[in-house]
Amino acid sequence: MPEMTYREAVAKALADELASDPNVIFFGEDVAEAGGVFKVTPGLYERFGPDRVRDTPISEQAIIGTALGAAITGLRPVAELMFADFVPVALDQLANQVAKYRYMSGGQFVVPLTVRAAQGGGNGFGTQHSQCAESWLMNFPGIKVVSPSTPVDMYGLLRGAIRENNPVFVLEHKGLYNMKGEVPDDTAPMKLGESKVVRQGIDVTIVASQLMMHRSLEAAEQLAKEGISCEVIDVRSFVPLDKATILNSLAKTNRLVVVEESPHQAGWGGDIASLAADEGVYWLAAPVKRVNMGAALIAYSPPLEDEVLPNVGRIMRAVKSVLSDA
Amino acid sequence: MTTTLPIEGRQQALRLMLETRLAEEKIQELFLANLIRGTTHLAIGHEGVAVGTAAALIPGDKVTCTYRGHHHALALGMTLRAMMAEMMGKETGACKGKGGSMHMTDASIGLLGANAIVGAQLPIAMGAALTAQVKKTGNIAVTFFGEGASNIGAFHEALNMASVWKLPVLFICENNLYGEYSVWSKTTPVQDIAVRGAAYAIPGVIVDGQDAEAVYTAVKAAGDRARAGEGPTLIECKTYRYRGHSRTDTAPYRKAGELDEWLKRDPIDLLKGRMIADGQLDEVEFAEMRHAAETAVVDAVDWAKDQPYPPVEALYADVYYEG
Ligand SMILES: Cc1ncc(C[n+]2csc(CCOP(=O)(O)OP(=O)(O)O)c2C)c(N)n1
Ligand SMILES: [Mg+2]
Repeated sequence: MPEMTYREAVAKALADELASDPNVIFFGEDVAEAGGVFKVTPGLYERFGPDRVRDTPISEQAIIGTALGAAITGLRPVAELMFADFVPVALDQLANQVAKYRYMSGGQFVVPLTVRAAQGGGNGFGTQHSQCAESWLMNFPGIKVVSPSTPVDMYGLLRGAIRENNPVFVLEHKGLYNMKGEVPDDTAPMKLGESKVVRQGIDVTIVASQLMMHRSLEAAEQLAKEGISCEVIDVRSFVPLDKATILNSLAKTNRLVVVEESPHQAGWGGDIASLAADEGVYWLAAPVKRVNMGAALIAYSPPLEDEVLPNVGRIMRAVKSVLSDA
Repeated sequence: MTTTLPIEGRQQALRLMLETRLAEEKIQELFLANLIRGTTHLAIGHEGVAVGTAAALIPGDKVTCTYRGHHHALALGMTLRAMMAEMMGKETGACKGKGGSMHMTDASIGLLGANAIVGAQLPIAMGAALTAQVKKTGNIAVTFFGEGASNIGAFHEALNMASVWKLPVLFICENNLYGEYSVWSKTTPVQDIAVRGAAYAIPGVIVDGQDAEAVYTAVKAAGDRARAGEGPTLIECKTYRYRGHSRTDTAPYRKAGELDEWLKRDPIDLLKGRMIADGQLDEVEFAEMRHAAETAVVDAVDWAKDQPYPPVEALYADVYYEG
């Protein structure tokens, strides 16, 4: 089975979709000749040519608006926004246009549009280049949001997103680009909207995504040595949200910890907590705990950034606290 | 030099301008009677821009426009019934009642949408132009906006990127001198919007927006250029809105006598006069045409009033494409 990095999985998914459908085009800032700021897309320009793989000016609104216009007229564009921190720069096009185009026209259009961006902290990029965008984007019905955490999911979900006849925002965690994993040759485009139980357990359910999911697995590993059994769920798809996988796990463990790489206020963990309160309250044996950035922002200095992002120790403490409440 | 339209083109343009004018006057009545909710933005006075442009387009061309877009929709071929039903939020409206006055959309006639966010429609038209370019269809995209929109970022991003990519898109500015309640000179340091094309190496053309045939000529020439792969053009149509910005605005901020000056060059009167001078129309025929337009508007309003509202379940339809 071929092993590849998360970064290579992005490139392979793009290449395979560009090869399989002439309507797929790809553009963004420095993605073509330079191969991308994160060196994710080298070779695509050479292979697919300047009509289908294009560099754009530094014009985030124009990038997204152009992608939308192309999507509703017969192309299947993939637009890159480079850093997810630039989502707010293009927010009108995303929130008012992309998300609403089908709806407010009374269903006259399909919008087969994929937007990619790199997100997440932990690398010293500072306050404006380290944020996660899923909670921002979840507030716009009309857009789907996926967040692969492994190379195989990156490959399958990106291909699934490109084939989807709806706008999909694919969030790539830049702390995972070098992560290696198996991507079987026959990996098919994946269906959006499915979470995955990545570790089975019976005492506590941990729901997390991307870097936080990997940290949660580490925490689970250590807790296992102390006799605590955690079930870890990789969200993978924020919109649509796979409620069943979370509720089934909760029914088994009766305890829930949500780990988010984002501020507490209006963070997606609130939706998971509300799901538990609404549809799983009789299973809950303890309060739901959210581990996140609180009300702080990401800072540059290493000890500050280390502190603000949930780490293994904080996740372990949260798990123990929901157990001690029993 | 202005090319004249063939007689059928002139008749069509005149008929559409009359229908649009009368439809918009009716829309204002319906708004005041509370049959149309929220807001409306009338383009009374701008009709020449819409019909002149529409006459220069071919099937497959795409258009985006603004909340002030009833005239574009009708010029492109939206039916009066679909428009009036949409105005009233009815199920059989152009957007099944989900759009309203500001979002007249009809994909079947190439109208990709009227936008309520100033400037947002420019990049969207570029995407349609990109499709035409990649698929080599020979089609173009056209996007309408006001002079006020030439101060928003999306305008500048759009012109720049369209120029670099040589997209077959026409940027058509309807300069009606006002953005909401502000005269353009208070917010915009240039006399003509067309000069802004130069910053992006795009030709900037100034046209008399009251003269439908002058608009046709300019759009046709720029369209031919775009279809030939030579890139975008910025066309500034000098026009005027006879009514206020929206709703019940009476435009107290405009200069005394300004409206009267513009009324002397009304787009309907201009074309009508030219057709009479050329022996293509007489007053009786014009009166008949006007009467037919009135009848069509009344029919559409009566029809729309009888149409059902969408069922509440429609609220959840079309958030996503299912399938
Ligand atoms: C981004 C944005 N800012 C402000 C507004 C409010 N607004 C609606 S119309 C308008 C004036 C636009 O003027 P212009 O572009 O000249 O078009 P006109 O209304 O004259 O046709 C403004 C400021 C808006 N809808 N969108
Ligand atoms: Mg204006």
